[in-house]
Amino acid sequence: MSISNEEVTYVSKLARLRFNEEETNKMAEELGSVLDYVATLNEVDTKDIQPTEHILPVSNVFRDDVVGTPLSNDVALSNAPDQENGCFKVPRVLD
Amino acid sequence: MSINNLTIHETKEALKEGKFSTEELVDSYIDHIEKIDPKVDAFLLKCLDRAKDQAKKIDSEKQNDTCSLSGIPYALKDNICTKGIKTTAASKMLYNFIPPYNADVYERLNSMNSIMLGKVNMDEFAMGSSTENSAFKVTKNPWDLSTVPGGSSGGSAVAVASDMAAFALGTDTGGSIRQPASLCGVVGLKPTYGLVSRFGLIAFASSLDQIGTFAKDVEDTAIILNAIAGHDPKDSTSLDLPKKDYTDQLKNGTKELTIGILKNYKAEGVQEEVQTAMDDAIAAYKSMGAKVVEVDFRYFKQALAAYYIIACAEASSNLARYDGVRYGFRAKDYTDYIDMYYKTRSEGFGSEVKRRIMLGTYALSSGYYDAYYKKAMQVRTVIINEYKKIFDQCDVLLTPTSATTAFKIGEKMNDPLQMYMSDTFTVPINIAGIPAISIPAELDHKGLPIGLQIVGPVLGEEKILQAAWALEKHFDFRKNQPNL
Repeated sequence: MSISNEEVTYVSKLARLRFNEEETNKMAEELGSVLDYVATLNEVDTKDIQPTEHILPVSNVFRDDVVGTPLSNDVALSNAPDQENGCFKVPRVLD
Repeated sequence: MSINNLTIHETKEALKEGKFSTEELVDSYIDHIEKIDPKVDAFLLKCLDRAKDQAKKIDSEKQNDTCSLSGIPYALKDNICTKGIKTTAASKMLYNFIPPYNADVYERLNSMNSIMLGKVNMDEFAMGSSTENSAFKVTKNPWDLSTVPGGSSGGSAVAVASDMAAFALGTDTGGSIRQPASLCGVVGLKPTYGLVSRFGLIAFASSLDQIGTFAKDVEDTAIILNAIAGHDPKDSTSLDLPKKDYTDQLKNGTKELTIGILKNYKAEGVQEEVQTAMDDAIAAYKSMGAKVVEVDFRYFKQALAAYYIIACAEASSNLARYDGVRYGFRAKDYTDYIDMYYKTRSEGFGSEVKRRIMLGTYALSSGYYDAYYKKAMQVRTVIINEYKKIFDQCDVLLTPTSATTAFKIGEKMNDPLQMYMSDTFTVPINIAGIPAISIPAELDHKGLPIGLQIVGPVLGEEKILQAAWALEKHFDFRKNQPNL
């Protein structure tokens, strides 16, 4: 199965990744060959087969709604690339 | 034999007899790391001063008798979070990340007074089969420095194989423990999905990821599994089961066991000497009184195809969190917040990670979901049922771990599909969520280790350890040591 450069560009926008022309060509080629291989999935008859949700019959896991000890503000911000007034700092989001 | 060549159980025995102190033990490892690591490049971060202090404390408080792993030095794959100690997943994206909490497995080892010597190399975000995808260094196989150690847990395998750690933890999403264990001649165990908590593990593909062990022998593997298995409320997929002692049935022999062999395994491009090792293992099991039966597994290709859809889809979702806002790398120059995301992610991720994010995003994108992701999850059900059928006929399944021994550094870097195919025998196990162990059998004509894989049904750890222990006695692989 071939995948076009336009499709690669579309998907790269969804994934917030940027590729130059050379990288786009290479990505199209590599994804195409992996998708060719993936087509072998169609050799398996999956009519009436349920998709696996969990490999074991594990049901919902609940706990009591009690307040634990969260990370402190300082600790939560300790890895932030940029911060101000106890908040993560990012470029302007609204104009 | 040097101190740091000993297994955990041999080390504990020697500590008990007072042959050396914990401090002398750790010093021996530190000396060895300083001598050997420059040749093999396994460590991303060494915590040697900390290890020394911890050893002194254990000696002075006479704590080295308290439990099976106290005072035992080990290495941790660098995608397992250690509070206050840099954890990078071998990615530029997390080059400066210092976790504010501990992974559950690290917490458990700390509470047993095990001594962490450092964080070891891996493929970036555990994506790869050679450890060549690390953003920081290329780790070499101690048996031949021009070959890869396998991956993604290459650093963990090398640390144990070259006696720089008594054991190591790694992670296995499609073979990332068993394949490097096989290529480096050590024992690697991937437990049943849910047996070991994934809390504090940097996620790659959450429905496949599992933390497991690297050890010098099968008995050590059981000892480490005893320490890390158990319920953790912080991981909602963690199983709540009564605690077991995995050493209990270890030495029971194989008279009661039925060993399954796949009829069609040789068709998967298996190196001749690997086939010979399989034949030797089958003969050994027969001579030990085990019953050997042939079974059928029809889905090698489809398992690998399903794996790449599921793993990449989950990775594309898990890795969406790396946006340069809360932690890790942020690009320097950007025009607005969208541009910041683009530049951060394009500069922070390596090429294999980008390739998998792209494949996963494509598979999950509107219009393709049913054809790829849903189909892969249905095939997953078919494969789970196939294994149920297999384990109706036998207790454990014997296969090669890897079709070939270690390949050359650079050999498969330009052909992603070839690299993916090196996981043929390991990937179906993660798809089914079942446990498997790789043990070293023999050396090939190049002097490279051949590993064999023993697979069990869900929660069949005791059976595979029992079968592996008996086979290990037969091969006695540890008479071979890499020449460094």
